[in-house]
Amino acid sequence: MRGNLGKAFELANLQVFRHAATPKSYTDRLGRKLFLALLTVQGLGAFALITLGVILNKFGVARSVMQPRVRHEINRAGVSLLPMFFFIALALGFLVVGQTVSALAKVGATDYLGSTMVIVIVRELGPLLTAMLVLARVGTANVIELGTARALGEVEALEALGIDPVHYLIVPRVIGMALGIFALTIYLILGALASGYLFAFLQDVALTPGDYFKQIAEALNWLDFALLALKTMAFGFFIAIVTCYHGLAQPLRLEDVSRVAVRAVTQGVVVCVLIDAIFIVLYLVT
Amino acid sequence: MSENTFNSAVVEMRDAAISTLRDSSLTVVENVNWSVVSGEFWVVAGQQQSGKSDLLMTAAGLLLPSRGSCRVFGCETDSFGEAQLAERLRVGFVFAGGKLFSQLTVAENVALPMRYQKNLSVAEASHEVEMLLKIMELTPFANSTPANLATNWRQRAALARALILKPELLLLDQPLGGLGARHRQWLLHFLERLQRGHEWFGGQPLTIIASTDDLRSWRNLQRKFAVLDEKTFSVLGLWNENEFAQNAAVKELLAEPAGAIM
Repeated sequence: MRGNLGKAFELANLQVFRHAATPKSYTDRLGRKLFLALLTVQGLGAFALITLGVILNKFGVARSVMQPRVRHEINRAGVSLLPMFFFIALALGFLVVGQTVSALAKVGATDYLGSTMVIVIVRELGPLLTAMLVLARVGTANVIELGTARALGEVEALEALGIDPVHYLIVPRVIGMALGIFALTIYLILGALASGYLFAFLQDVALTPGDYFKQIAEALNWLDFALLALKTMAFGFFIAIVTCYHGLAQPLRLEDVSRVAVRAVTQGVVVCVLIDAIFIVLYLVT
Repeated sequence: MSENTFNSAVVEMRDAAISTLRDSSLTVVENVNWSVVSGEFWVVAGQQQSGKSDLLMTAAGLLLPSRGSCRVFGCETDSFGEAQLAERLRVGFVFAGGKLFSQLTVAENVALPMRYQKNLSVAEASHEVEMLLKIMELTPFANSTPANLATNWRQRAALARALILKPELLLLDQPLGGLGARHRQWLLHFLERLQRGHEWFGGQPLTIIASTDDLRSWRNLQRKFAVLDEKTFSVLGLWNENEFAQNAAVKELLAEPAGAIM
């Protein structure tokens, strides 16, 4: 394989290590695991940088082919998930927000409502839950589609036609997922806050809608908006990178696709948690 | 070989060692010295796993030789990058089995390279795509996905996809594999027309390299032959029944498969 894709996978040729004999001692096994983890990080990092480079360098290339592909991916990772997110927003509102509002009202701590909601829903649960759901629904499909395409030789076919597989296959997925997760998080947060109040209202909590939303609005500052946008875009970008990397990097045989899908989802969850941890530090510092 | 020939060669390999797509450290063919001149029709024959596909992919610049050099249209393939895209597009490649994009219809598969490389909308590309589909008798299957096509038509659609950008060099990996007798005849006849100069190319002759593991269908004085056997690439030249009959590898490639019904 030549070109951009080849460069990324040359940097982390994991196959050699994965198929090597299992070491006998526990320390050697641990060392091998650590080494594999480092190689995966290196491969993912290289793949992410190459993808970023392609996004910037080939921004206007083949617009008439790429624009419909990007629209399709936004639809797949965003618009088509709206009904599911409507349901999740209702559930989140009923299960978390409504109970929190009710509990705070019982102890007379409704003054803390705004900041609690902002921390729990806006900063943490909204983005992370959205990322997990999109990873499960779209990320898995990414690995399977790309893994199958790779196993069937479609990636080589693209290269033979002078089409950069990273540009054609990865870039639309990265853009679609970054924008999709960003938009879905906003809808999820708004839906959860609204349905949460509805649940609290049904429990006769003495709080007017005006007071409720005013408290939340006052607890929010510009940094919340900026970091929310950054965080959700980062979730989308890295979920797409992890799932596309595993879809294209490893499987050359169809029977490998399911195994690689499991690995990609696991690593996707780890990456999301790590990004979340970085943003917690950012929130604490600023 | 004179320097002049070297410059006019479409494909030129010098002491090239061919590695595989799956494992770049594994060499399947050693010391390939081969020159393909414009307008020639080459048939590279070899048993399964002899490295035919890898040799063709190397000749197309899709794989790098692990040793030696490979030039396509005078350009070293190890420098084939984005800047050499125009050179790369002078080469058309048809994979064994077609390797069509499973999510796209036949018409979309054929249109994709043209739409991507020339930034055309579906409507802008439709005229040429329809014309080519008509030439290839694929019009009834234009809206079918590859999964719904028989191997015969899949292979033909893959050829159409490789021809849409009007390449000057066409490489076909096992193009007759799995084809019925009628389709085999059609393809052989079509390739001959391409080599002589088809109206699709404005009468310009095409350089063709095809690989095969069964030489029986390819016997023709107009074609040049090479054989891959035990990691060795041997140029045989034009068909010579008596001379070729002495070659053990060729004899095997001409043999009737065991249990074949005649």
